[in-house]
Amino acid sequence: MTAVLFLAQRATASVLALAVVVHLATILYAVRGGLTAGEILGRTHGNVGFALFYGMFVAAVAIHAPIGLRNVLREWTPWRGRSLDIALALYFLLLLALGGRAVFAVFSA
Amino acid sequence: MTATDTMLAVDVWRGAESGSFQQFAIPRRAHQTVLDVVTEIQREHDGTLSYRFACRVGMCGSCAMVVNGRPRWTCRTRVSDVTDAGGMLRLEPLRNFTIVKDLAVDMTQFFDKWKDAKGYFEAGEQPAADFAVVAPATPERQAANAGIECIGCGVCYSACDVVAWDKDYLGPAALNRAWTLVNDVRDQAGDARLAAVSGTSGCQACHTHMSCTAFCPKAIAPTYSIAGLKRTVLRRGLRRIM
Repeated sequence: MTAVLFLAQRATASVLALAVVVHLATILYAVRGGLTAGEILGRTHGNVGFALFYGMFVAAVAIHAPIGLRNVLREWTPWRGRSLDIALALYFLLLLALGGRAVFAVFSA
Repeated sequence: MTATDTMLAVDVWRGAESGSFQQFAIPRRAHQTVLDVVTEIQREHDGTLSYRFACRVGMCGSCAMVVNGRPRWTCRTRVSDVTDAGGMLRLEPLRNFTIVKDLAVDMTQFFDKWKDAKGYFEAGEQPAADFAVVAPATPERQAANAGIECIGCGVCYSACDVVAWDKDYLGPAALNRAWTLVNDVRDQAGDARLAAVSGTSGCQACHTHMSCTAFCPKAIAPTYSIAGLKRTVLRRGLRRIM
């Protein structure tokens, strides 16, 4: 199980390394001419490429963050075992739901 | 000539988990090792001082202590290398071990973790009937050779921050031993050993701080052994998925 988590965290880290660069570059590019929020939403609405990219971004974050947080909590607090794993599985679902909702909102706006 | 030129001030930890430092003044001598100093204190000043040593020549791994804040093998550490002319010595038991008394620590957990990591040779249910021919130049043998000279002194375990954070972490020495066996073509433990080293507190917990590698008195690099285990476990896992 640990090996699977280790692989998942490394794999999502490599996805995030690229996705964060694309995300930041897109923000810098999009706002340089003074785009309004409405104009940005006009471009993202119905854009399947945008939805797929940010959907993947959200999924990578939702997998990556709870695994890292689990390691930190195991090392810095006495919290171990099943309750920790359940709490972080719920955190995974929370990140996925919040991120997914945001992507959907921008896609369908 | 001042007193610090001829005498060495030595602070020695006395007690167990709770205790305090006791200071001794020991004559400086040419080529004196830290173990010489401890032995002189015990024989000439205070016979109740507890510490551990055996071979005195860097083979047995018994005499490791924290010397001026760094874990070291004391029999091969010269006083002149770890203090300046006016300096002093501060001797403590190894970190991350339960202190038995003074400078002696309990190594039970350390060696239990070698067993947990399957750090022992497994001949398998049907051991080979003849001698195995192992070419010294093969990558596996060279990887095993790189870690095989471990003397089990506990210096790496004392230096490891991950052990300090996670008491269940197997530690650099046990994982290094497991890596030598993973690369031993005669060994039959296979997936069972890889499973043993990749539990929650196994090789993946290593942060690659490299303290073990920096302090190992035998110049072994357990960090690389642990990285090797991570790679092998991943490769084995991917092969199973694909």
